[in-house]
Amino acid sequence: MAAAEGQASLQSQPETWHGVVQRTLKRNDIRLVPYVPDRVLTTLIKNLHADPFFTTFPTAREEEAVGIVSGAWMGGMRGAVLMQTSGFATLANALASLALPYQIPLIIFVSERGTLGEFNYGQSLVCRTMRPVLNSLAMEHHTATRLDEFEFICDRSIKQAIMTQAPVALILSPLLTGGKVFEK
Amino acid sequence: MSDPMNTATTPARNTKVMNRFDLTSRLVAKLKHEEAVIGGIGNTNFDLWAAGHRPQNFYMLGSMGLAFPIALGVALAQPQRRIIALEGDGSLLMQLGCLSTIASLKPKNLSMIVMDNGIYQITGAQPTPGAGSDIVAIAQGSGLANSAWAADEEDFERLVDQSLSSTMPTLIAVRIDDKPGVGATDRDPVQIRQRFMLGLGVRQEVKTG
Repeated sequence: MAAAEGQASLQSQPETWHGVVQRTLKRNDIRLVPYVPDRVLTTLIKNLHADPFFTTFPTAREEEAVGIVSGAWMGGMRGAVLMQTSGFATLANALASLALPYQIPLIIFVSERGTLGEFNYGQSLVCRTMRPVLNSLAMEHHTATRLDEFEFICDRSIKQAIMTQAPVALILSPLLTGGKVFEK
Repeated sequence: MSDPMNTATTPARNTKVMNRFDLTSRLVAKLKHEEAVIGGIGNTNFDLWAAGHRPQNFYMLGSMGLAFPIALGVALAQPQRRIIALEGDGSLLMQLGCLSTIASLKPKNLSMIVMDNGIYQITGAQPTPGAGSDIVAIAQGSGLANSAWAADEEDFERLVDQSLSSTMPTLIAVRIDDKPGVGATDRDPVQIRQRFMLGLGVRQEVKTG
């Protein structure tokens, strides 16, 4: 079992959500990780850059990253995209005209802004569009809130996306990541 | 290289107006090594289709502006194969940031071609906002030093020959007329994707009999 493997490995450091993402991407041979950053994703992005297994780089827009991993998948290289909620809001057309109709297993991680302590009103409004868009496209998505479930959700969702050739969005709740909080 | 100060006074589009289908046919005729070709939406991929389907062709049916990003992804996945991306000027204007991404990654096997007619031909030939913009200057300013306008068909062929053996990403811009595409791509996204993956050797044909 995926979750049990994580428990069994020898660890000197406490388990973290970003450690789970990194390990699960590796286990599923996902090497290409373009991103548009979020404060919450900082440590994950830094660790992916430091790990030679990954080809990871910033893109100017999220849909650009969707195009890149779609092309890479057709060329035989697996990828995943990292973004925040407002970035997801720019993706409806790329999902509906590229990933879904061409049956490309697009894997996206969305750091969830706009809820549970948001300080930016615009973020809280755009956040409300995310799940309705996912639902209206009948796209698989899960919201991860607990570290003990997270590896299971990540690993199984990635495998399902690849086996069924269907996109998946994994939403990283502030309950999992701590979120971004306003500090003076 | 020419004096960079001189480019500001040089007419941006001192080039012959050519034809998309003719140029696409000239390009395809040069492809002898199973090069992948990504056709941007609309007439760009219609003319790629009309130039003769190849197993290594991918045709976009939406996601305007993503021809270069998709081609970059293929280029990263298959560094031994040459990837050529065909994009319209209106489409590229939607995703100019991808030029910076490509410039930063410097893929050795990516050739980009921009078909510039200054109009959204497929929606009724409305002018783009880019009439006063110079695609090559934008590309060079984004860090793609190997970017050039093709002066005429002969120059286009010369630039294509150079780009096919370049070890830096290249961009060729061509002025084209307002003629619509010659053919119309079969609109079956799953078939397009599957054929492309077969053509790239990522998947194998199922043997029967």
